[in-house]
Amino acid sequence: MMDELRELYQEVILDHGKNPRNFRHPPDANHEARGENPMCGDKFTVYVKLNDQHVIEDVAFEGRGCAISTASASMMTEVVRGKTEQEAKILFETFHDLCTKDEDEQCDHGPVDEEAMEKLMVLSGVRQFPVRVKCATLAWHAMNAAIEGEEKASSE
Amino acid sequence: MSDIAHTLAHTLERPAAPFDVERLRADFPILARTVHDRKGKPGKPLVYLDSGASAQKPRQVIETMTQFLEEDYSNIHRGVHFLSQRATDRFEAARGKVAAFLNAPSPDNIVFTRSATEAINLVAASYARTFLEPGDEIIVSVMEHHANIVPWQLAQMAKGLVLKVVPMDDDGVLDLDAYAKLIGPRTRLVAITHCSNVLGTLNPAKEIVRIAHERGVPVLLDGSQAVVHSPVDVRDIGADFYVFTGHKLYGPTGIGVLYAKMDLLKKMPPYQGGGDMIQSVSFAGTTFKEPPMRFEAGTPPIAEAIGLGAAIDYVESIGREAIAAHEHDLLTYATRRLSDIEGLRIIGNAPGKAAIISFTVDGVHPHDLGTVVDQYGVAVRVGQHCAEPLMDRMGVGSTARASFALYNTRAEADALVDAVQAVKEFFGA
Repeated sequence: MMDELRELYQEVILDHGKNPRNFRHPPDANHEARGENPMCGDKFTVYVKLNDQHVIEDVAFEGRGCAISTASASMMTEVVRGKTEQEAKILFETFHDLCTKDEDEQCDHGPVDEEAMEKLMVLSGVRQFPVRVKCATLAWHAMNAAIEGEEKASSE
Repeated sequence: MSDIAHTLAHTLERPAAPFDVERLRADFPILARTVHDRKGKPGKPLVYLDSGASAQKPRQVIETMTQFLEEDYSNIHRGVHFLSQRATDRFEAARGKVAAFLNAPSPDNIVFTRSATEAINLVAASYARTFLEPGDEIIVSVMEHHANIVPWQLAQMAKGLVLKVVPMDDDGVLDLDAYAKLIGPRTRLVAITHCSNVLGTLNPAKEIVRIAHERGVPVLLDGSQAVVHSPVDVRDIGADFYVFTGHKLYGPTGIGVLYAKMDLLKKMPPYQGGGDMIQSVSFAGTTFKEPPMRFEAGTPPIAEAIGLGAAIDYVESIGREAIAAHEHDLLTYATRRLSDIEGLRIIGNAPGKAAIISFTVDGVHPHDLGTVVDQYGVAVRVGQHCAEPLMDRMGVGSTARASFALYNTRAEADALVDAVQAVKEFFGA
């Protein structure tokens, strides 16, 4: 029992959950979107600064959420910074599969940053807790919406 | 003191009736199961503290529904055949049980719906949208479930109505002075919960109605939580509309109740059109049945209504005062034990509240708490509890909520406390 909990709440997650990185509102962000999970009331705003070459120069977030959603948002800001829009999207889709599908069902969404995926592996424990998948993907949906110019995303 | 709280206090003065919770638990088959079983190894005993979301079902309800489906099932109000008559009789007997349960003047005051939500939507559509004019006002409270907010907002949008909100204090006590002041010349309806599903506050229903009636304003009370925890007498309260749902009262899902005064039901137009609600249909014009049939278009949830009747029989056989006293003991005990946990804050401390405890723990998000206590077999609800405005008012994003029912025990309250302690250790909070 506790093994599965430890698998879900690995030290890295507890750390990012308590001390989220890039928890701020960058004044020069030119894209932003809100992510809301109506079931639990978690709300994040993800801010993205995209340059003319479609590269994410800065990404940060604010809001409130559980340990899983906060850690996932925090780790996301670390791994997508410096990526192109396209690379970030591939990362999002690959990460989404990681959280929702068994290994043999995960798809190839394009060339992905393997090092980033390795870091994100700690979040794969949510697969055993289906109701928590939305927590892990909330900020990612918001980041995706921000890039696509939408105001709001839901991980519903 | 609310009228229910008064009844409760009165009840507690009497010597406690023997309340054999273990015998009652045996009526609920699901309570015998374990959860999170692994590789043939039994997991944790189920500690079900989520009856506020939906209560478990006693064998008496399950068996009544099964027996009806196996022996007496048919459509109602239609056939001349044997089974149709049997089914109709049993369905209408259930209506009679609901009427008696609420002390309604007649079974004709009882409209069966699919849920409390549908019952409120019925009143919003058939009463508010018909009789209210642009600029007219409806009063709700800040502690409402979304089901008692959104139907009025839909009517508001359709008819240009104004929605006003009764505030409350930090303990979760409704501000009756503010309420009285909110009622103005354009107020046409008050819709307030009898018992908050988050705070457990039992609102002073009779007083709320009295204040509104002084100004000629009808009142709808949402009794979904209240009927579970205490006796309710709609005639004594004076409510014009009273709604509740079956599944929180140990009955099945898919069945709800609207009680309404007959003069209101008589003037309200149908909510939905279809079979069973008409007197005669022609393309020149259709006439409708008298209430309550006018509001029951289509084949209703027949087995579910009969199941609700069985649930009412079950609750009455134990006694609502006895249940209320047992739950009050659990509430007092659990509140005291939870309060000893450092960093735990109980949301909702109204005097005389029902056995519902919402809480937060410093440094732990309710969602994480819910996941961890679940591993200990403890089922609580976490989130906004369909009451987002209330969450905003209390300054929390979400809470954990333990809701107690007639089958819960002090040992289960202890299990919750132990699990919350484990959560704190786990997260180093």
